[in-house]
Amino acid sequence: MRRRQAIALLALVGFCIALYLWFYKIGIIGKLQCGSGSCEYVQTSRYGALLGVPVAFYGVAGYATIFAVAIAGLQPSRLTRRWPATALALLSAVGFLFTLYLTGIELFVLHAICRWCVGSAVVMTAIAVVAVDGAVRK
Amino acid sequence: MNRFYLLLVLVAAVAGVLMWVGSRSGSGDVSATSAGAPVVVTAADSAFQGYVLGSATAPVEVVEYADLQCPHCGEFANVQFPTIREQLINTGQLRWRFRDFPLNFPWSRLSALAGQCAGEQGKFWEMEDVMFQRQSVWGSNPRNPTSAFRDLARGAGVDLDKYNACMDSQRYAGRVEASHREGVARGVTGTPTFFVNGRQLDNTRYGNSDAFQHLVDSLTGKGRR
Repeated sequence: MRRRQAIALLALVGFCIALYLWFYKIGIIGKLQCGSGSCEYVQTSRYGALLGVPVAFYGVAGYATIFAVAIAGLQPSRLTRRWPATALALLSAVGFLFTLYLTGIELFVLHAICRWCVGSAVVMTAIAVVAVDGAVRK
Repeated sequence: MNRFYLLLVLVAAVAGVLMWVGSRSGSGDVSATSAGAPVVVTAADSAFQGYVLGSATAPVEVVEYADLQCPHCGEFANVQFPTIREQLINTGQLRWRFRDFPLNFPWSRLSALAGQCAGEQGKFWEMEDVMFQRQSVWGSNPRNPTSAFRDLARGAGVDLDKYNACMDSQRYAGRVEASHREGVARGVTGTPTFFVNGRQLDNTRYGNSDAFQHLVDSLTGKGRR
């Protein structure tokens, strides 16, 4: 149960980060609070969208899905079920791979780091570690 | 369990407040510009005579006062100007000078600044092209177009780091204001307004490329042959 709670909490944090970046991308927020990072450069690069959809929106959808599955898995009737742990492990693995791809683009193609993206990457990595660990141990 | 859900609500509330505060401070620079906050106009701002397209030796010069968010300017730029550029400017018959005349559209001054910041890198005309081409998207959207302008600037080949620094500093706000004041002094009341060799044209008659062709012909003597 603790793992699913941790995943839900992390997914909520990741969801907020992705939502913030998505709001910027669609113009609701005029400027990103990024300190000395290169958030806007990364967000407005051609890698800021995939198949015509802002990358941040994939984050919003992904974190929302993980959050929903984690909350569903926390319901008393599902606490002993195995499928939520498996689903969370699969979802977070996909999210982690996508995060790896995006971080690679930042480091090796754009040579710029978006702090919010790093924050999201840390959150997704933590989710993946907890989720995979939970799926393996059960 | 209840404490856990309370924690989730707390995290969501804190994130919501932070996002709201961030969005308010992030758009402050834009609002100030759009709302017409006091702008200092320097001698250098007044000395700038606009971006010019065409030969310095062209016999006819058109000065256009325009607002990048003005739909009529966009229509003229997208429909008529390509022909004027191809047939008159590129052939050395006409020189075109662009002057900012921001009206009271929500993003008039912000879009003018975006054009100037692209112009700083020698990309004014490329930026003007894409801004007018995409005007129906960003111009009719009440959302802050700062991000959209960056996308357009990138598409126009502008260095985004320099562009961002330029937009953040608003260093051309004075230049835009100077251009606007110049237009007012010359009797400009709407956009686009054209001056041909210093003479203001009747907007209702010179809204298309054929009219400009006739005008250039008459001024260069071709019309009398």
